[in-house]
Amino acid sequence: MTETTDDESKKIPPQQAAGKTAAEGPKDGPDGSGTPRQPAGDAEPLLRVRGLVRHFPITKGLLKRQVGAVQAVDGIDFDVRPGETLGVVGESGCGKSTMGRLITRLDEPTGGAIEFEGTDITHLSTGKLRPMRRDIQMIFQDPYGSLNPRHTIGGIVSTPFRLQGVEPEGGVKKEVQRLLELVGLSPEHYNRYPHEFSGGQRQRIGIARALALKPKLVVADEPVSALDVSIQAQVVNLMDDLQDELGLTYVIIAHDLSVIRHVSDRIAVMYLGKIVELGDRQSLYGAPMHPYTKALMSAVPVPDPKRRTDRDRILLKGDVPSPINPPSGCRFRTRCWKATEECATTEPPLVALRTGHQVACHHPELKPGESAVPAGAKAAGKAATDG
Amino acid sequence: MTDSSENQTEPAAKAGKAAKAGKADKAAKAEKAVKAEKAAKGSEAAQPAAAGAAGPPTAFLEVRDLKVHFPTDDGIVKSVDGLTFSLEKGKTLGVVGESGSGKSVTSLAVMGLHRASRQQRSKVRMSGEIWLDGKELVGADPDEVRRLRGREMAMIFQDPLSALHPFYTVGQQIVEAYRVHHDVDKKTARKRAVEMLDRVGIPQPDKRVDDHPHQFSGGMRQRAMIAMALVNNPELLIADEPTTALDVTVQAQILDLIRDLQKEFGSAVIIITHDLGVVAELADDLLVMYGGRCIERGPAAEVFSAPQHPYTWGLLGSMPRIDRDQTDRLIPVKGSPPSLINVPSGCAFNPRCPYADVPKDDVTRTVRPELRQVAGGHFSACHMTQEERERIWTEEIAPRL
Repeated sequence: MTETTDDESKKIPPQQAAGKTAAEGPKDGPDGSGTPRQPAGDAEPLLRVRGLVRHFPITKGLLKRQVGAVQAVDGIDFDVRPGETLGVVGESGCGKSTMGRLITRLDEPTGGAIEFEGTDITHLSTGKLRPMRRDIQMIFQDPYGSLNPRHTIGGIVSTPFRLQGVEPEGGVKKEVQRLLELVGLSPEHYNRYPHEFSGGQRQRIGIARALALKPKLVVADEPVSALDVSIQAQVVNLMDDLQDELGLTYVIIAHDLSVIRHVSDRIAVMYLGKIVELGDRQSLYGAPMHPYTKALMSAVPVPDPKRRTDRDRILLKGDVPSPINPPSGCRFRTRCWKATEECATTEPPLVALRTGHQVACHHPELKPGESAVPAGAKAAGKAATDG
Repeated sequence: MTDSSENQTEPAAKAGKAAKAGKADKAAKAEKAVKAEKAAKGSEAAQPAAAGAAGPPTAFLEVRDLKVHFPTDDGIVKSVDGLTFSLEKGKTLGVVGESGSGKSVTSLAVMGLHRASRQQRSKVRMSGEIWLDGKELVGADPDEVRRLRGREMAMIFQDPLSALHPFYTVGQQIVEAYRVHHDVDKKTARKRAVEMLDRVGIPQPDKRVDDHPHQFSGGMRQRAMIAMALVNNPELLIADEPTTALDVTVQAQILDLIRDLQKEFGSAVIIITHDLGVVAELADDLLVMYGGRCIERGPAAEVFSAPQHPYTWGLLGSMPRIDRDQTDRLIPVKGSPPSLINVPSGCAFNPRCPYADVPKDDVTRTVRPELRQVAGGHFSACHMTQEERERIWTEEIAPRL
């Protein structure tokens, strides 16, 4: 990484985290009923993604002629509102990690637009992006691979300050020690090396590094999947506390549906590079509309042997098709039990069939009394042919 | 384990001539290793057999006071330290624990796959008894164990991509596993391989049999591994984290497959996992391991409905549950798993246990609790009295889950 310290970045003061938390109002009420946290209503989204596309070219021959493309992310739209947690789930290969790398601009999109706080960051150059970097941070999946084994913890956590040319109050070392304490490590760990820590502790170091510059948006790619169950819960709780304390906005990518349900306010379900369903936690988990979401949820093993028999489980056949040559029309149709001819020819648009709940399906699972015609309909009127 | 790298070359070189196919190579390696271990062990191996003296058990698989210790430069790693359990044919035992609790080491010990080196300081120390169908395996001749391995007992590994040989086709590897134990020609063996691939649900098995592992998807590789494990109709199947590397939808498929195959073949299955959801799907009995020892054992339904050990409570509390109402916060187990070199004295769980001070006289920190019967086949190793535990479970833990 080049270590140019741009002068402009120095001018940006550390954000007032406290002010933000207050605006969000009470979260985490001990309601237990699963009421989604109320992020700041219809405020301007922090991150707006429109038609995001990322195709990885497949080249062949001496001239590197392009013969095809892995359509990792193929046209997705979503907003992330300030203070909320957006969960992204899907099977491996559905493009959720690529999506995470795109919105943090670790990778450049092939098409579409990413707006962060109203600024288009889709094709910004490395230099122009640098001041932006402090606002968008990432927590990585593998706590063993994401920390340089030759650097001390102090070095790792203070790198963001050095790269951004920020001089925190009281000096870098003091700030790093404060961060270590914040994530539940001891400040004496400053001079230790990553190998001296367990997986859970390393993940905390990764979190401390991500939080060093007081980012607005944190993208966490499978933050707990490499950890033991008892440690997972510690890290999930830590992320929860930090969100309350610092007013963070999270995009959490994971394949574990129960973890996603626990941490997210809104959830996007991805399948083969597309978002097939996007909705509030309660609505999505309570009554999933897309057959794929339904199948995913029924496949989650439940730690209760008594319920082994009385659950109707939907077993999907086969594997996810190749993203090089995805099926025409609806991409899920090859594994879908409701697929009809229409699914093969027309691609279903992502439409809001309930308030705050969008789905891309010709034959959505509806509660009685709901219509398959979207509330603010402009298209997809024909989708109502089926009940 | 520090010895793995330096010892890798030796058995590999020896096994060279046997390396006709990937699996042979692997088997041979382990085989040589077992031999070396046996040679190094000498008198040690005979000892526990004499000491146990309880005679052959009635259960199909019985493990008694199994200990597997690895001497390292930093001290002895007590991976498994006195484990006892039994398993009947047609039943499934779920072994649950965090990483480093000794669950995989146990399964490798049953399979006789612990590699021992010639060097005195880094050899595996195993003691205890493993009885499979009336035969004792810990002190047995490695050749005999080898004849059983693959035929009587087979294993499904966690990561199918590294467990399958990348150079040979899936078919070749299954054929080889079959021909090691059956005196048949290649054609018959190949027919059998296709049949097995078909049975585990691989589409177009007659074509896919000639594919290499990298041409299979993750779920299909795991199916191929299962086909290979089941090709000899083993009576004991050990599945070590069989679905950890897979997606939920594929995981559901594989769990279903294992369940169906068990019904069909009537074999005993040990399923090792850290996911309580997976064991709840499959297991009849459950064994919870912590720090190399069993801390709770019993019928799965009972362990889930009325767990008797604070660690089991902790595991249940750390999991977000999709089948229950949204909880506000998870209840994690504080701290991290213990080092197996310096297992805490007394109860290994005491530094992380919120109830360590409930029993009087600091007994949790000085005396190691033994498994005590709670009810029927349900055992738990905790110093708290049963009344105390039941009270804490019903009043404090259960309402919060």
